[in-house]
Amino acid sequence: MTQAVLDQVRTLAADLFSMPPEAITPEASPETIEQWDSMQHLNLILELEMTFGMKFTTREQAEMLSIGAVVTTIEKKLSRASA
Amino acid sequence: MSPAPDIEKAEIDRLIESGKCRQALAALRAYWRANMRLAAVPYVLGRFEMIKQAVPVRTCKLAILRSFTVEPVTQLLKASAAVEGIDLLVHVGGFNTYAQEMLDPKSSLYSFSPDILILAVQSRDIAPDLWNDFTAMNEAQVADAVDRAGTELKNSIDVCRSYSDCHLIVHTFETPFPPSEGVMDWQRRDGQTQAFRKINQQLQELQTRYTGLFLLDYEGLISETGKLNWHSEQNWASSRLPFSAQALPRLAEEWLRFLLPLTGRSCKALVMDLDNTLWGGVIGEDGIDGIVLGHDYPGVAFLNLQRVILDLYRRGILLAVCSKNNPADALDVLENHPAMLLRPEHFAAMRINWNSKTENLRDIANELNIGVDAIGFLDDSLAERELMRTCEPDVTVIDLPKDPADYARTLREAAVFEQLTVSVEDRSRNRYYSEQRQREKAKSDSFSLEDFYQSLSTTVEIAPATASSIDRLAQLTQKTNQFNMTSKRYSSQQIADLVANPEWNVYAIKVADRFGDNGITGVAIVHGGVPAHEIDTLLLSCRVIGRTVETAVLAYLERKARQSGAAVLAGDFISTAKNAPTKDVYRAHGFCCVTESDTRSRWEFDLATPQHIDTPPWLDVRVVEQVHT
Repeated sequence: MTQAVLDQVRTLAADLFSMPPEAITPEASPETIEQWDSMQHLNLILELEMTFGMKFTTREQAEMLSIGAVVTTIEKKLSRASA
Repeated sequence: MSPAPDIEKAEIDRLIESGKCRQALAALRAYWRANMRLAAVPYVLGRFEMIKQAVPVRTCKLAILRSFTVEPVTQLLKASAAVEGIDLLVHVGGFNTYAQEMLDPKSSLYSFSPDILILAVQSRDIAPDLWNDFTAMNEAQVADAVDRAGTELKNSIDVCRSYSDCHLIVHTFETPFPPSEGVMDWQRRDGQTQAFRKINQQLQELQTRYTGLFLLDYEGLISETGKLNWHSEQNWASSRLPFSAQALPRLAEEWLRFLLPLTGRSCKALVMDLDNTLWGGVIGEDGIDGIVLGHDYPGVAFLNLQRVILDLYRRGILLAVCSKNNPADALDVLENHPAMLLRPEHFAAMRINWNSKTENLRDIANELNIGVDAIGFLDDSLAERELMRTCEPDVTVIDLPKDPADYARTLREAAVFEQLTVSVEDRSRNRYYSEQRQREKAKSDSFSLEDFYQSLSTTVEIAPATASSIDRLAQLTQKTNQFNMTSKRYSSQQIADLVANPEWNVYAIKVADRFGDNGITGVAIVHGGVPAHEIDTLLLSCRVIGRTVETAVLAYLERKARQSGAAVLAGDFISTAKNAPTKDVYRAHGFCCVTESDTRSRWEFDLATPQHIDTPPWLDVRVVEQVHT
């Protein structure tokens, strides 16, 4: 997990959930963050779509259920795009 | 990610803390326009909550009935409305229950009692058979399906009209692309594309029957972005959101185009600059034959902008000129330039003078009897726009892009000039007058001109001429007409001779501010005699006029003269057709007029008295002493 992508995701999630970035750990998930409901999950996906200029498949959207999983998915897509 | 947004956030928070709420709202608007995204919504709405009691705000209850996920768009819309001073309360109906909610007088729609209702239904939901099974339908079945959709809409709207007097905005229906039968769809009269167009035609007929029923061209909106980019099958499958992230701000903006006129937040007047806005070039410098305006490049960009302004005029928007110019020069163009579309009779007010534009704009507002919050301001100069934004935060400042070719489109897209009907206009006008007293009260927290100068962070460098600056200094003496005390013209060789002569001092003046470096934009030439130091030339390029740079230069020259033991600092003002704005410069800086004729006056500053010319505190003045080359 690279720091750059993690930092970007944390900033974005912190703004979206109105939380301090420190609270957004790689382990953070809908179980640990009250604001992360299904509507905010959609908002998060849309923000990531915008920020990283990528579209997520329905399967990816369903799997991105922790900050760590979000970062891993983005990195996988980024490395595929650059390969 | 750039750190810029956080600097802006700090500035917004500073304005809120110091109680400058109207400035804070204007800053919040600029921040939101640059960061129109979901992650910025909580911040913008949070700050709006903090200031909304202290700024003029209209509240509006908006209901959205829909057949797809609209919530992310609604979030963006709330922030977009907030920064325009509209406090939006939103009610979103259930999925695909739009017909029930409109038909049932006890529904949550009517208990919410909306001011405005948006009906956002997709083509695939209004007529699922036409969308999904078109290839299985015969001609009669297609006609039936079209009628059924039209009748369902008509019934719902009829009933809604009887229970509520809210404004109703209805999305029209997009056509499928590609259609189910591919290119064959257009080889028949009753194809799938035509079927949805016929439903739209029925909507259009309804629209003519009802006042307060407005149609939103959804197909047109999508085509601006492009169907491939607009739609997202992934988001539709996972979240019933039919479009991609980039569609969200576009739809929110389109909704706002209806909300602004419906809440009386549209502008009534457009106040515009002349030089480099209505035509290319500076009339005071280039003359009527030198400015560019016409059907070919580069003048065509300005002609196209004039066409948009003329459209606004014909739609009833008041036009006014606000320009720093000699009135005779500017009027000559307005009256006599063959390519002008806009003529003096199109303007309800004109301020062509050398006063500040904020002062002129307030004056225009008084003359037209409208509030400054009903004015849009069009000017190519970033500095003038910033000054307006800072001193008159309620004015809608239209940010022209760098390339004049994009001017026309930018003004055409300005949401503040959207109108729906004349009656809506009239209704909102009444609201303006009732809020007049509130606005008067709010004026007291206006920024001062000094605050603005301070915010520009201007640096002035005064340096002796060097070999590398001689050509530029000569060019400035040749070209500068407006701020030029004596208008003496020098060649490079003549400047070089003066530089080499120890009795003469030639200064290059550089000006930079937070918008960028203007380079060498001023010249001072002084003959260092005794008892008088004689200012032979003092000029500033029109790019840096009105920033008090001349005060810094005169303060420096006064100090130099004093140090070298002179008794008097003297200078002539030689009047030309173009330099009227500099007529009073010496008087304003404490010089006394010793002789005066029609074309020429002589001014002296007595160095024997303790009186000084003070460098303005908002300028950072750097003096470079003799450079050895």
